[in-house]
Amino acid sequence: MGEADSPSVASVIEARNLSLTFETGDGPVHALSDIDLSIGAGDFVSLIGPSGCGKTTLLRVIADLETPSDGSITVNGVTAEQARLARAYGYVFQAAALYPWRTIARNVALPLEVMGLPARERRERIARNLELVNLQGFEKKYPWQLSGGMQQRASIARALAVEPDLLLMDEPFGALDEIVRDHLNEQLLQLWDKTGKTVVFVTHSIPEAVYLSTRIVVMSPRPGRIHEVIDSTLPRERTLDIRETPEFLDIAHRVREGLRLGHSYDD
Amino acid sequence: MWPVIVVITGIVVIWYGSAVMLNKPFQHDMYKRANVENVSFSQLLGDTLNQERPVLPAPHQVYQELYKTTVEKKITSKRSLIYHSWITLSTALSGFVMGTLLGILLAVGIIHNRALDKSLMPWIIASQTIPILAIAPMIIVVLNAIGIQGLLPKAFISTYLSFFPVAVGMVKGLRSPETSHLDLMRTYNASAWQTFWKLRLPASLPFLFTSMKVAVAIAMVGAIVGELPTGAVAGLGARLLAGSYYGQTIQIWSALVMASVLAACLVGLVSLGNRWVLARMGASA
Repeated sequence: MGEADSPSVASVIEARNLSLTFETGDGPVHALSDIDLSIGAGDFVSLIGPSGCGKTTLLRVIADLETPSDGSITVNGVTAEQARLARAYGYVFQAAALYPWRTIARNVALPLEVMGLPARERRERIARNLELVNLQGFEKKYPWQLSGGMQQRASIARALAVEPDLLLMDEPFGALDEIVRDHLNEQLLQLWDKTGKTVVFVTHSIPEAVYLSTRIVVMSPRPGRIHEVIDSTLPRERTLDIRETPEFLDIAHRVREGLRLGHSYDD
Repeated sequence: MWPVIVVITGIVVIWYGSAVMLNKPFQHDMYKRANVENVSFSQLLGDTLNQERPVLPAPHQVYQELYKTTVEKKITSKRSLIYHSWITLSTALSGFVMGTLLGILLAVGIIHNRALDKSLMPWIIASQTIPILAIAPMIIVVLNAIGIQGLLPKAFISTYLSFFPVAVGMVKGLRSPETSHLDLMRTYNASAWQTFWKLRLPASLPFLFTSMKVAVAIAMVGAIVGELPTGAVAGLGARLLAGSYYGQTIQIWSALVMASVLAACLVGLVSLGNRWVLARMGASA
């Protein structure tokens, strides 16, 4: 595997034989089956696959929002639960999930209040992280006064304010139009480059996955499993133009082939 | 504005028409007994609308009675409607405040504890199927037996009625946060207490105010009902009861009008509070 240029030193996430079965009225649903995955520090890993392939479920297992029925998972070397209790990650939801009664600044302050940080430290972190997502000047606005893309940027600032080394993002740009999405993808890459965080990113867009990732995990449905892990040969520093290069198209093609072989396009 | 004026005018016209129709038979009896014949229509009209104890008082009679018993009487007088209104109002407000707190408390218990959810809710619903007229005297008598008298027993009846909409509304309100909003708190390792104060409670406030509008109106009903079995000493309920003993229909109607005006004002105040709070919470409208 071409990990020579990857800064992976220690493994941030280690999943072994991970399975998750939901008991439903119609019988058991195998959301995740036999997942083996390790994600190194500083990696940008995309989980891609059709709906029902368990990509969001896997992210939620990493975040300890779901409990696996079998297998093991460690985050930063400890169990997912211990990692959550230590606030080891920032989670970005598909919808911005901003509290409508809080201003943008107070939304970013939310995790800091929960953590019990002093007011001065809170103010510093709010200013720093809003600047990081280019939202300075919007501190006193309410979420409804912002566009969808700005709301999502605010929610990213909120996740970053916890100052985690790990960022878990569940289709954060899925509800946005393509122009805004391109723009945010570019900004997210810059952010990742600047902060050196490990990112696990769920998406169902092939160009988005290829553009952003150092590694692409192709998943397939029924039961949800990992079909293939593709290491990107693209350089870490990328502009949107890279999407027209043969190298980009080649990786995109491999992802699409992986999805097809994983029966993602079957009816 | 115009639709409102049209509706009010319509109500007044129907009221006067009904007053004439309902008071006419008694007026004819009076004419017969007094051997008065050939009464003109305009005299009949005037007489039916100015009886001392009409079946249905005309609006202007109720207005005159209201004016007489509010503006022209000192508020310390037992004949002042303001005095009686204040007694009922203070009872209703105490009952409403207690009912709201009780309702919130029950809702908090219900959403945090499965056993309470299963055990309390049926009782809460059952409590409201008992006619308040039946249980009100019992509450008064029982509380009297343990030495609680005065405002409190009556206020408890208001509480009995008003806690219900608040409890039901708040259970719904405290459960209203979206899954992602709750998950977010979980990712922060927030305590149940923090989740309650920072998420569940703010999310429930619109539900709380809607419930409080219902609660404050029925607290008024509870206060009036609570005054009936106590021997009707004071309060709007007392005025209603005394009025019906002595056939003072104008007094009954003026007390009724006063009660509904007060209830409307209370609901209006809750609405104002609602608007103020939601505006401070950054509501978009």
